[in-house]
Amino acid sequence: MATFTLPKNSTIQPGKTYKAEAGATNLKSFKIYRWDPDSGENPRTDTYEIDLDKCGPMVLDALIKIKNEVDTTLTFRRSCREGICGSCSMNIDGLNTLACLKPIEDSVGSVKIHPLPHLPVVKDLVPDLSQLYAQLRSVEPWLKSETPPPPDAERRQSKEERVQLDGLWECILCFCCSTACPSYWWNGDRYLGPAVLLQAYRWIADSRDEATGERLDNLEDPFRLYRCHTIMNCSRTCPKGLNPAAAIGKIKQMMVERQS
Amino acid sequence: MATNEHTAETVLRSPLGRVRGLGSAKGGTHHWWLQRVTSIALLPLTIWFALAAASLAGASYIDTVAWIGRPWNAVLLLATIGLTFHHTASGLQVVMEDYANVEWVKVGGILAIKAICMMLALASALAVLKIAV
Repeated sequence: MATFTLPKNSTIQPGKTYKAEAGATNLKSFKIYRWDPDSGENPRTDTYEIDLDKCGPMVLDALIKIKNEVDTTLTFRRSCREGICGSCSMNIDGLNTLACLKPIEDSVGSVKIHPLPHLPVVKDLVPDLSQLYAQLRSVEPWLKSETPPPPDAERRQSKEERVQLDGLWECILCFCCSTACPSYWWNGDRYLGPAVLLQAYRWIADSRDEATGERLDNLEDPFRLYRCHTIMNCSRTCPKGLNPAAAIGKIKQMMVERQS
Repeated sequence: MATNEHTAETVLRSPLGRVRGLGSAKGGTHHWWLQRVTSIALLPLTIWFALAAASLAGASYIDTVAWIGRPWNAVLLLATIGLTFHHTASGLQVVMEDYANVEWVKVGGILAIKAICMMLALASALAVLKIAV
């Protein structure tokens, strides 16, 4: 059955507090989930006091400052620091988002940072995304076409056809949505989740793709697709402002359409 | 999740192999669509039934039986009964699929739900038919 409590070895303990240097006036506390698989200890919450006068405006700036200046053992993913690579997705103040796009000033009181929910943790803020990547691979997110492209040109789309991809191509696969979805929490081994279904629809909606029926066949399953109960956490949490729930709705609509 | 503490055995199958699993069931659309259709159909039927039941409050046994026996009322009652139990069974099936992760609990639960709803629907329909026919 679905479990609602943490197992004993996952209960989060209070951790260390790292005080800011003397004389700092513009202080902000960062309460960060820490877990080291090599230590054999339970996870803990460490508190870091940061002088905001000497820190960039975003949560990722603070994390990088902590790693560089306070505690080098703090582990997290980051790359582009401008919301395009999707690496720094994490749970900040209870909402999955990108640390690089989340202003520190949005937090009232301390900033609470956890890894993306309901995934195995590799270390600290780094979750194991293997299953999500495998699910993405399973929807074959590439163009499938038997008609060869014109010899000296690209495959063409009308403006109307191209518009169908807006709100889909922008997804950066940060998986904030999938890990915010209760249905994905309970049945993530079989339900593909909002991120992967949005990616699937991105190719279903592509006028150049010729495998629409095959793609729908692959999704037509009580678990792969129909675990979506329009809870809408996906659309609420998406740091890029996309609407995975709408994409899933369109897939369901096509499923009915091809039978009627 | 393959890696939580409830999974005792070691799984070395690749993530892609696990995700592809037994393949697509090629189904679910009918169930999903009928859930929507029955819920929309039940909106007017339930309102009609609630108003009718309220208007019969305080009516005598004979008047109530006569009301049920009228052809239109009997037809609408049978439709309400059929759709209500169909909708209940498909809704509870979703609950089982969502939360029951042990295969026999899930399959057994769904069969039990369908059996109970079917029996209740037949009993209710028989009651109406005995009066109306």
